[in-house]
Order: sequence, then structure tokens, then C-alpha cells
Amino acid sequence: MRTFWLCLAVITAAYLLFWLLLLGATAAYSPPEVWLQTVMKPEIRYATALSLLTCTAAAAIALLFAVPIGYFMARCQFRGKALLDAALDIPIVLPPMVVGICLLIFFQTSIGRSIEQVISFTYTIAGVVLAQFVVAAAFAIRTMRGTFDHLSSRPEEIALTLGATRFQSFWHIALPTARRGMLAAFCIAWARSLGEFGPILVFAGATRMRTEVLPTTVWLELSVGNLDSAVTVSLAMILIAIIVLVAVRATGEKV
Amino acid sequence: MISLKNIFWQAPGADFNLHDISLTIPDNTYAVLMGSTGCGKTSLLEIICGLRQPNQGQILLDDRDVSILEPRERCIGYVPQDLCLFPGRRVKAQLSFASQMRGLRQEALILQLAENLHISHLLDRLPEQLSGGEKQRVALARALAAQPRVLLLDEPLSALDESTREDAMNLLRTLQSKHALTVLHVTHSSSEADALGQLRLRLDQGKIVQI
Repeated sequence: MRTFWLCLAVITAAYLLFWLLLLGATAAYSPPEVWLQTVMKPEIRYATALSLLTCTAAAAIALLFAVPIGYFMARCQFRGKALLDAALDIPIVLPPMVVGICLLIFFQTSIGRSIEQVISFTYTIAGVVLAQFVVAAAFAIRTMRGTFDHLSSRPEEIALTLGATRFQSFWHIALPTARRGMLAAFCIAWARSLGEFGPILVFAGATRMRTEVLPTTVWLELSVGNLDSAVTVSLAMILIAIIVLVAVRATGEKV
Repeated sequence: MISLKNIFWQAPGADFNLHDISLTIPDNTYAVLMGSTGCGKTSLLEIICGLRQPNQGQILLDDRDVSILEPRERCIGYVPQDLCLFPGRRVKAQLSFASQMRGLRQEALILQLAENLHISHLLDRLPEQLSGGEKQRVALARALAAQPRVLLLDEPLSALDESTREDAMNLLRTLQSKHALTVLHVTHSSSEADALGQLRLRLDQGKIVQI
């Protein structure tokens, strides 16, 4: 019995050690002076600012969709629910490049061109936000669905007997109770957006000082052989990811 | 007066039904409903207040068919067995919920109810800071704050000890006469039924019989 648990503990420790070695090796690759030089570069600062801005916008928009969809999926029983549930997960399982191609092709259609006459998405900052949103929303929806699934619907029902409409019961009872889940969904969507690369590269491009976000920077720096800069930007992203993980865990949710 | 006419309800995924339930509870009457565990008493209350839709039958409130009305349009108060106080809301916010939903300010009514139910000192507390008996009185006050004509109580005294239960029964009797309420009270306790019930009913194998 003890040997069995010991074996499992060794496997867990080996896996964790592997990850620690990866992160340690990355952190030790270049000296702190190089980190400082890298973060002072205008293009890196632009990419960092754009990443923070677009991730926040994409996560906020994702949450706007995730809350009603998650509530609908958790509370409403209807035919074909399993099918819809699977459909909502499509962006999670699709290869990232394919998401970018889909976006690019969609905006070549007549509907897409009509939308672009109002707001331009292809190879623009709005396109970066849209590419990040498409994948991040699926994760936010899954988190909100789980949140509402775990919350009892009984208080919302009792609110109906006290004169509340369905919307009032959702707004005054369900939403305040789900605020930790909403925070977790926002953080998860934000973290997914930060790491998004494929769809942005295909749909919004990798133009310096224009549509360049942190993952694009890593790729651009690697492609010109500037490994120090690529490592520094990667370390910054690792740090941000750890902060997000801690924030999500603090809400009681799991990524 | 509340009347049920030929209510039929099949529990989804469960093995009990309500068959052809018909009953009339006159105005200002305290009716008590008994029956074995899982026989459908709670489902019947939830059908009356509109949280569940019967497969067939009518619910009449003062001869008006309320069967297709939303729960908020029925003027029926409901205190569930689990009380279901709203998480994160202080007692005062729980009591003012009904008036808030209707866009009214009924501060005086809420303070009066709090005084009548001896919860004035609890108004700033959260649900998790209340004892079982206090929660039960808050849930009752919250239902009464909506000024219902009919009050449905699902085993409201089951979590109370013997001495608190006696006080609570007196309180229910007083509130019923003071607010001129028609009450349907579900219980397993014969002593509660004897003490409170002006009309005593039993739900047995999906049918209602008067005791």
C-alpha cells in the first residue's frame, strides 16, 4: 500500500521537477541587465502595453457573453442541450491556427466585408482583440457554467415568489452570488488571451509597433536570433501567468 | 380562499405522482397538510405558488384562475423547508427584497414586521450569523413583507427545539389572525397539526383526504 502511494508521489515530484527545471533554466539564461535592456526597448514596451490593453478588452467582452450563456446552460433544460454544450467547446479544441484562418476567411465574405465597413478587424488592433476573444470566451463560458451549476437555484426561485421577475432574480440574487466565479472567468479569459498567438498571427498579423503583442514579440525576436529578448519577454509572461493563477485560486475556482 | 381543482402532476424522474387533487381552503383558515416523507407535499406547495407547473388542473385564488400566472403575480408567500435566505444579504435587505422588486419603499412595514417577529436586533446580520430559529423567523418575515394573501409553510418548525417550537407556534397563530392570512402548513408532527390546524389534511398515495 505504502509503496503504491510512494510511486505516485515520485511521479508527481518528477513531473513538477521537470517544470521547475524548465522555468529555472529560462530564468537563468540571461543576466538581469539584459532583462532591463529588453524591457526598455520601445517595441517591447509597446507590445506589453498592447497585450495588457487587448487582453483586458477581450476578457471583459468574453465575460459579457459568458455570464448569460453560462446561466442559460446551467438553469435551462431543453432538447439538444448536450449538442449545444459540445458546440460551445469548439473553440477550445480547434487548433489555434484554424481559428485564425476561420476569422480571416469570414471577413472575406459579404457579411464580413459589411462589418469591416463599420469597424476594421483584419490586421488591426480590433482584430487582435477579436482573435483573443474567440478562444478566451469559450474558457470563460465553461467557468461561468461551472459556477452557476454549483450554485443552488433555490434562492432565485424563492425570489420569484417575492415579486421578482426572472431578470430581477438573476440580477439581484444569482449575479452577486456568482461574483467570485465571474472574477475567475475574467482571469482565465485574460490569461488565455495573453498566451494567444496563432489566431493573432494569421488574422491580425505581426507588425511591429502596430499589432505586436507579447507572444508575437517572442516569435519575432526568435526569428531574428535575438534569444535574450525572447527569453526576457517569456519570463515576463510566466510572471503574469503565475499572478493570474494565484488570483484565480484565491477566488476558490480552478483553471 | 384558495381552491385546487383536479391537479395532476408527474414528478420528472421520480416514482410519485399527484392524482386528481382537489381541495378548498376558506379565507383566514389555518390548514395543516400531513403525509409521509416523499409523498409530494413540497411539490404540491410549489405547484400552488407557481414554481412548478402541474400537468393538468387549476389553482383558483378567490375564484380567479392563477394557474398560468407567474409566481410573482400570485400574491402567495412561500417559506421553504430549507428557508433559502439570500446569501450575502443582511436581514434588513432580505426583508426589503419584496418592496425593492416592486420599486416601493416600505420601511415602516419592515420595522413593524421585525418587531412582531422579534428580529429587530438582527437587522444588520448576515444569514450565516443567525441561529436556526432566527433564520426561520427571518424567512417568515421576508415572506410576510410581500404582503401575501396566502402563506405556504413547508415544515417551518422542524429545525426547532421543543420550547422554541411552542413559541413559534404561538407566533404563527398570532400572525395568521393579525394579517388575515390563509395558511397551508406542511408538517410531520401531529402535535403541530392539533395545535394549529383549523383544517387538517393528509396527502396519501398522491391523493388528499381530510382528517
